[in-house]
Amino acid sequence: MNTLILKVASRLMVGLILIFAIYLLLRGHHSPGGGFAAALVAGTGFVLYFIAEGTAPVRRTLRVHPASVAGLGLLTALTAGLLGPLSGRPFLTGLWLSAGNTALGAIELGTPLLFDVGVFLAVLGAILTVLLALEEF
Amino acid sequence: MILLYLPILLPLATASLMVMPALPHRLRYPTALTGSLAQLAVTLLLLQGVLDAGILSAQTGNWPAPFGITLVADLLSAAMVVITALMGLAVILYAQPAVARAGGGPLAFAHVLLAAICGAFLTGDLFNLYVWFEVMLMASFALMTGGRGWRAVKGLTAYVVLNLLATLCFLMAIGLLYGLTGTLNLAHLHLQLALVDGDATVTAVAMLLIFAFGIKAALFPLYHWLPAAYPQLPIYTAALFAGLLTKVGVYSLLRVTTLLFAAHQAAILPLLLVSAALSMLLGVLGAAAQGDVRRILSYHIISQVGYMALGIALFTPLALAATIVYLLHHIVVKTNLFLIAGLMRHLGGAYQLERLGGLYAKSGLLATGFLVAALSLAGIPPLSGFWAKLLVIRSTLDAGHLSLALLALAVGLLTLYSMTKIWQAAFWHPAASPPAGTAPGAATLWMGAPVALLALITIFFGLGIEPIFQFATHAAEQLVHPQIYVKTVLGG
Repeated sequence: MNTLILKVASRLMVGLILIFAIYLLLRGHHSPGGGFAAALVAGTGFVLYFIAEGTAPVRRTLRVHPASVAGLGLLTALTAGLLGPLSGRPFLTGLWLSAGNTALGAIELGTPLLFDVGVFLAVLGAILTVLLALEEF
Repeated sequence: MILLYLPILLPLATASLMVMPALPHRLRYPTALTGSLAQLAVTLLLLQGVLDAGILSAQTGNWPAPFGITLVADLLSAAMVVITALMGLAVILYAQPAVARAGGGPLAFAHVLLAAICGAFLTGDLFNLYVWFEVMLMASFALMTGGRGWRAVKGLTAYVVLNLLATLCFLMAIGLLYGLTGTLNLAHLHLQLALVDGDATVTAVAMLLIFAFGIKAALFPLYHWLPAAYPQLPIYTAALFAGLLTKVGVYSLLRVTTLLFAAHQAAILPLLLVSAALSMLLGVLGAAAQGDVRRILSYHIISQVGYMALGIALFTPLALAATIVYLLHHIVVKTNLFLIAGLMRHLGGAYQLERLGGLYAKSGLLATGFLVAALSLAGIPPLSGFWAKLLVIRSTLDAGHLSLALLALAVGLLTLYSMTKIWQAAFWHPAASPPAGTAPGAATLWMGAPVALLALITIFFGLGIEPIFQFATHAAEQLVHPQIYVKTVLGG
């Protein structure tokens, strides 16, 4: 769609949307959010971008094929699940690693975050594969 | 127990590797094949584990049952995942000439389908079963996009609509069950539903579930999607679907009737009995009227599923063992018959009987393979189908249903008629016109090897029925007396 207003607005919006998606991803385990919701929000960012600029710049920005993102995401999620059995606990057991205390509170890294990142990539890759293909149809 | 997860995780990992365009083209088919071999290996280990140690269970994420998702492998589940992996391997070998050059694209979704089917067989949680049904549906949609033309769209639409309806009813049943008992863990539901006495809601839930699984299993009167959809698929996809998809429905029926509604059978079993008998009869009559190999085979799935449902409906230990033997026998034979149909097309140039001919002269081995599978389907001794049918008929006689036993015999005879029809037209008669098929070559070897493998399994299944029957009897005992299952899942 060739309108100046949309192009200018989308440059501001896309960045904001992607940052919001990452915010949703990171708060996901303890509060509403998570990889799936974050990927849908990030997907709308990319959709806005290709509506304004066409699909070619979006594919360039992604650098890799979206289907690869999806496959990588699924593998990441599986890896997060397999860390449990590797440490002698059931599949998908949440493992937590304390990364020290800060003024804002304790920072903990856990396999649920890794799993959520996997879900994020899988969903984002899948919807972008579909939506880009539909847009170029 | 990571072993319970591997039959699901390995094909998922294989599929995620295969969807990546970054994976080099020449590595794609080997990846699919390796994934399939690895899946077969872990399912065999799982079966060995269950044989050694009894029912195995695993609590996902270390959440104790009934709060988390439990995976359970009893003898039935373990046998089903082994046979699933075996069929996956056979189909992937068979599809080599069709897909290897194109990078094995559809095989990624075949692996997702295999993961979902194994998930459905291994899960101990009703909602998780629903999720695997959905994954199965998504993967099958992706595999179906091979179909072309208006007839294909019509046939596949029937599949899509009816299967979406089935999952919707399944979901409604799950909602009602959760409202009624507050749990969705199958073992916990077994205990909770026994406390609900004669509640009309339980009957409603049971009907919704039987409707949903009846569509999946293609039971009367819900089978119309099957003969409409299967002939429209690429033949290797059709073989995978024909062997496994309806059997997931039968397996789910087996699970819920034994585990969930053991105390509420009066409403369910008579309905299932009528539906099973009519499926047997109408399926076989439908097949007799067809002239396309794939359509004949599709209708026979319906009549064969009828035998399995009949075993469930009789609900004696022997009848359930008969259903299990039937399941295992039928998956192998039906997959093989579809694979053979593909080879008939490959060598003879068509699926229509009037255009086929002279295949016996062209390939004696293919004719032998067809005879083994077809005679087994019809129930000729000493092949696997004979024993499966014998056990079902024996249990109908034990239950005092002489008319059903006669019906089962008559359906067997009509099955033989259909198989003879294919044999006569495609193998025996000389081809009417100059045959359009290709000469045997390297492709035939890829396609012939799994056919030979499955035919050998059918023969050994029939000759070694004694240990298999004992296995099925033990598996049926585990179903009829779910106390060990419940104890393994819930602990204590």
